[in-house]
Amino acid sequence: MAVETAVDKTMTMREAVATYVRDGDTVALEGFTHLIPTAAGHEIIRQGRRDLTVIRMTADIVVDQMLASGCVSRLVSSFVGNSSAGSLGELRRRVENDDPEPLAFEEYSHYGMICRYIAGAQRLPFYPLRSYGGSDLPGVNPALRKVTSPYPGPDGGTEQIYVVPPVNPDVTIVHAQRADRSGNTQIWGLTGVQAEAVYAASKAVVVVEEVVEDEVVRSDPNRTVIPAHAVDAVVVCPRGAHPSFAQGYYDRDNAFYRSWSAISKDKERLTAWLEEWVHGTADHAEYVAKLGEEFWEGLAVGEAMSLPVNYGRRL
Amino acid sequence: MTTDTVTSSELLSVVASRELAARRTVFAGIGLPTLAASLAHLTVAPKLEIVYESGVCGAHPSHLPETIADAVLITGAEAVIPMPTLFGSVLQGGHIDVGFLGAAQIDKWGNLNSSVIGDWHHPKARLPGSGGANEVMASSREVFVVMRRHDQRSFTEELDFCTSPGPDRALADGIRPLGAGVTRVITELGILAREGVGEELKLAALHPGVTAEDVKANTGWDLQVAGDLSVIEPPSADELALLREDVDPERVYLR
Repeated sequence: MAVETAVDKTMTMREAVATYVRDGDTVALEGFTHLIPTAAGHEIIRQGRRDLTVIRMTADIVVDQMLASGCVSRLVSSFVGNSSAGSLGELRRRVENDDPEPLAFEEYSHYGMICRYIAGAQRLPFYPLRSYGGSDLPGVNPALRKVTSPYPGPDGGTEQIYVVPPVNPDVTIVHAQRADRSGNTQIWGLTGVQAEAVYAASKAVVVVEEVVEDEVVRSDPNRTVIPAHAVDAVVVCPRGAHPSFAQGYYDRDNAFYRSWSAISKDKERLTAWLEEWVHGTADHAEYVAKLGEEFWEGLAVGEAMSLPVNYGRRL
Repeated sequence: MTTDTVTSSELLSVVASRELAARRTVFAGIGLPTLAASLAHLTVAPKLEIVYESGVCGAHPSHLPETIADAVLITGAEAVIPMPTLFGSVLQGGHIDVGFLGAAQIDKWGNLNSSVIGDWHHPKARLPGSGGANEVMASSREVFVVMRRHDQRSFTEELDFCTSPGPDRALADGIRPLGAGVTRVITELGILAREGVGEELKLAALHPGVTAEDVKANTGWDLQVAGDLSVIEPPSADELALLREDVDPERVYLR
């Protein structure tokens, strides 16, 4: 009965970025605080991609680094800040002073972005939401449009509602805890909008902490947030979400988040940081090694195992 | 314990926590709202469910979270749901009693700016933007705002940019609002309040030692004063002890 049908989609980060991220592409990088695909962003910087449209709900440190490296000409986002730890120096220079050049910026709210991914994933022409009424956002973002509902409202009258357009990235890259070789991807903890972002894209790259045997995934299929049919490449990259975290693997590097405001505020310091940590490392394994085992011990987490569930089997 | 040893963060957290009495669900951001919601959980609102934008419902963290997505919010939580469910069904579905928001600017109708200072196209300062604030405002039954700074630049007649509009602006745009918008604004000077659509924020309560004139002078519009202006009870020894020893013993947010 065991017919081997699974396709092995594993490749290195270098191969995945070289294959799926081209100059001028629209690239979605998702992961809401948890599982941010930082290592993928660094590889895009190493390979010197240009003129990218980057889509990321919470444009944070990795976006600031890609901006500073000259990879990005357009940003689509609903929150541009260093989490709750401060500012993004490069983004502010680009937006406030056109330094070194202007940045095209499309501003949304979080649910606006989520609805764009939903519409994109479902190949719908638009998606309605109860946001934006009376906001100045539609005035600076013409993609936000108001339509009259074709159905009567609760009181029988006509109802108006804002809609957002679909987004269909050329490629979506997400980070996850584990997948099998064909791309059945399991995430636990915060699952964010990763599945919708993957389904919205033409191609999807999943970066994982570890590749596991098919049986591991099949023992708990509800944990699979992204099925293999939506995945084009699987990249094994332990600790690839640093400075964000992977639930159950390592904790968030809060000290680095706090330090980023000062690093990014000073252009020379930021350039030196990129030289040392991105261009100065051949790949993420070198970056991880350069940080050192003692550092990683500081982000280690203890065990809190979920209790097993019984899926049952036919006798 | 005397009030002159109370820090601004402690004062704002305690006063905000009291406002959560009799509420069931609160959508909390990180920082002061987390402190206020956690303290309310231990005092006036033991059944309060704290919902985080990241998708966590019913968090039982072992340590004070440093972000709305902190790993300690996940382990032991009652539910962790995807963002489309959180924003689409929980928030837009009308399950949130109180949303907590902060902002760089607020006007007399409780409209908020968290996008830019200056012109959006050529800003003097680029701020983080909406995040989920637009949705929290549109769909929570009511919204509490905690403002660290109470001055004419922040409490302004005219916003530089409206990121998160209250129901008055939504109605004017032809959109039916679900909630009442901002009903309470808590600052170091006192509390501004309104019941909902069509009302201005009025000065409702003062901290001891603050006068209505002080607040008017620090507010950028002609602030009306409620007829039943009250004086806010200073944080009690119990409230302060809980906040300092149970909620934020490592003083992550208590400054």
